[in-house]
Amino acid sequence: MSSIAPVLNVLSKVVILFSATFLVPLTLSWVLDDGAQRAYDEAILITFAAGLFTWLFTRKASRELQTRDGFLLVLLTWTSLPAFATLPLLIYLPELSFTDAYFETVSGITTTGSTILTGLDALPMSINLWRGLLVWFGGMGMIVLAVAILPLLGVGGMQMYKAETPGPMKDTKLTPRITETAKGLYLVYVGITIVCVLAFWLAGMTPFDAVMHTFSTMGLGGFSSHDASFGHWNSPLIEAVAVVFMLVAGINFSTHFMAWRQRSVNAYRLDPEMRWFLFVTLSSVLMIGIYLFAMRVYPDFWVALRFALFNTVSIATSTGFASTDFNLWPVFAPLWMLLLSCFASCSGSTGGGMKMVRAQLLFRQGRRELARLIHPAARLPVKLGGQVVPNTIIYAVLAFAFMYVFAIIVLTLVMTASGLEPITAFSAVVASINNTGPGLNEVGPATTYAVLTDFQTWVCTIAMLLGRLELMTVLVVFTRTFWRA
Amino acid sequence: MKIIILGAGQVGGNLAESLVAENNDITVVDLNSERLSLLQDRFDLRTVRGHAAHPSVLKQAGADDADMLVAVTQSDETNLVACRIASSLFNVPTRIARIRSADFLGLDASYLAEHFGVNDVISPEQEVTDTLRRLIEHPEALQVLDFADGKVRLVAVRAYHGGPLVGHELQDIKRHMPHLECRIPAIYRRDRGIVPKGITVIEPGDEVFFLARKADIPLVLRELRRLERPVKRVMIAGGGNIGRGLARRIEGNYDVKIIDHNKATSDLLAEQLHKTLVLQGDATDEELLEQENIAAMDVFCALTNDDEDNIMSALLAKRMGAKRVIALINRSAYVDLVQGGEIDVAISPAQATVGPLLSKIRRGDMVAVHSLRRGAAEVLEVAVHGDAKTSRVVGRRIEEIDLPEGATIAAIIRNGNVIIAHHDTLIETEDHLILFALNKRIIPKVEKLLQVGFGFF
Repeated sequence: MSSIAPVLNVLSKVVILFSATFLVPLTLSWVLDDGAQRAYDEAILITFAAGLFTWLFTRKASRELQTRDGFLLVLLTWTSLPAFATLPLLIYLPELSFTDAYFETVSGITTTGSTILTGLDALPMSINLWRGLLVWFGGMGMIVLAVAILPLLGVGGMQMYKAETPGPMKDTKLTPRITETAKGLYLVYVGITIVCVLAFWLAGMTPFDAVMHTFSTMGLGGFSSHDASFGHWNSPLIEAVAVVFMLVAGINFSTHFMAWRQRSVNAYRLDPEMRWFLFVTLSSVLMIGIYLFAMRVYPDFWVALRFALFNTVSIATSTGFASTDFNLWPVFAPLWMLLLSCFASCSGSTGGGMKMVRAQLLFRQGRRELARLIHPAARLPVKLGGQVVPNTIIYAVLAFAFMYVFAIIVLTLVMTASGLEPITAFSAVVASINNTGPGLNEVGPATTYAVLTDFQTWVCTIAMLLGRLELMTVLVVFTRTFWRA
Repeated sequence: MKIIILGAGQVGGNLAESLVAENNDITVVDLNSERLSLLQDRFDLRTVRGHAAHPSVLKQAGADDADMLVAVTQSDETNLVACRIASSLFNVPTRIARIRSADFLGLDASYLAEHFGVNDVISPEQEVTDTLRRLIEHPEALQVLDFADGKVRLVAVRAYHGGPLVGHELQDIKRHMPHLECRIPAIYRRDRGIVPKGITVIEPGDEVFFLARKADIPLVLRELRRLERPVKRVMIAGGGNIGRGLARRIEGNYDVKIIDHNKATSDLLAEQLHKTLVLQGDATDEELLEQENIAAMDVFCALTNDDEDNIMSALLAKRMGAKRVIALINRSAYVDLVQGGEIDVAISPAQATVGPLLSKIRRGDMVAVHSLRRGAAEVLEVAVHGDAKTSRVVGRRIEEIDLPEGATIAAIIRNGNVIIAHHDTLIETEDHLILFALNKRIIPKVEKLLQVGFGFF
């Protein structure tokens, strides 16, 4: 217990801070008088009290955190906050089970965006705002986690950028340096959010929808306040705005930050991931557009391209909006889109999956082994953006890729064993572990995850957390060495 | 001229040799007394032992009344400091520094002049790299020299059976290609120079020098021998300064492989080169060469620090099927030994460096001097001044100029344009003449001819 008390102490502060976020939907609810005020009142009280008590009990154990504590803190934060976040849902919708509510909030905080609720249009605005807000906070937390915290713990896609940087970033302690990094990233995140709200509003959304969908877009989540998602508007302009901001949010936020600070686009030019992210995503859009037209799904090429653009970008960036039921397309197209969501988005973005940088490294490592067969004497370093990537990082990426595939296989088998048909099981697991949202067939874009049993819902919840925290962060806590050290 | 040379290494030694031969007072400074005494035994020069950048050493070497200081030590920093001191303490009029590192080379010439007192920079590695690059561009050539920023090139090539012009008179080339402008200032037959006339017959095995516009060079080459197909694959042995520099320069245009035996060096190469395949191993290792398909290589360059290694690996590569092999050879005795045998081209780094320096010490307004045939012949680019009264060249047609036997004017550069010389071309003031001297002995006569009379000043 003594070893986790300092972690709980920090966690309690996070929880106390988190209780303040309920004020946002509370204010909206109070202004609109939508009848959900009581839910937030009680949620604030319970959350605050829980945080305060934990803090009081662990106050004496407070000390500076070590790397090992970092893993635990990250895991506990990402599991306990959704638990508190369920409070307004549970209080307002008494018939909702905790399993379903927790799935919904984990889906929000991990920016997955798969929902278990139906009749979204009838829900109070403040509840929908709360769902959107969770995604937005989840995205924010993710950026800082990926850019500032995970590299310190020695995992995550961004680590290769940091490995060469000497100085405080290599320190194993969580130093104040992170606060500086975080502040800059938050500023960029908030700045782009404001632009996005305005763009949605000008494109024809109501102000509320603009805010709610911006939250969902920036976090690459995919929650909508309408059952029909973006099909609700059926507007090419709104879809175009969403596509642009989904792509922006799929790029490393530290690249955005550098570009903003240097007031030049040079940072984008030097980002080795970004061009591949854009190239892979947009060429897939073209391919799927042509495929849909050729398969006569849409009689007009431009209509085919429009639907291909929005839905492919949405799934590839792991957002999960839908403007049509793409489950009805020939199965190659949605499968390809799901595959893209595994690796398309950049590290340090709010997207999910194993990230473009890992895919690039795996690809180059594969190519290196092939070249080595022909040239046994050759020195073949793996390079990224002209820089040599140390072998230790290659090993870490290989291990990650193995764990990732292994997790998908095991969880798919578990889902199938529990009675789901294979495509649904596989797509639900992939969509969850990549934090994408909609899967195929029974969990496709036209339906919700409500069809799953409680057990299956928990499997998806675990998959979402595993994927969001980049597997290793979670798995390390369950090793014996972690607790022995 | 009183010249101080700092550094008695490869470059310094070779430079001293060439300069002594041209009747200059040479003082060589080095820390290593063995090297100094070796030089002193061979040539008529003075030596001073000491640190090349120290004022006391420079004073002892006679910097007070020296006309020129050439700093060619291994260290860029020493060279720069020595130039600075020679300029501010001793007022030496001309100060030349050898610079190797790309960082310093990236600086502006005016910056170096102002802050380090460097009038001119020489960079042997870069000279050699350039030479190699041109040879890879024209794989048939023995030597390629650029003039007027590369607009015209002087090419040396061995004539072989199969070239349409071989066995025919030179003037036949005019009948084959009436529009081609080309000048052949010299032919070497069994190491003896000939100034060719229109009726001279080219024999197989002749070493022919010709000057033409860059684009016309393949046309002329085709007249003299079967044309090789353009180079695609290049293998480099040795990842030192020259090997690495060459690989970096050509990796965009050719398929390059580079071999180095040192693990740390190969890792560094692999990091710095992006398209080149870096191999760690011995360039004289048959198995490695076999494995890397040496037989498919268009050019093999042996560029290590070791003459013997270079010769052996080049011979091996040739034997195993490399189309053309080039070896970097420092010792001039070896150069004579191997060139023309199985090794197609032997490059002496020292000679590549001496040329640019020679242009600084010659009388007359020399723009560039290139040594040919291991220093036996020279090509000069020289600016002419004055008018018909003060100069013995300006205002005259080429046939009217009283050139010494063995000297030929091959081309004229006028305001950046190239004019291939004919017997009736009129020379104007400020022209740059490209002048071929078959034999080094006639150089003083040429210098004298080109100097302006006293009336000019």
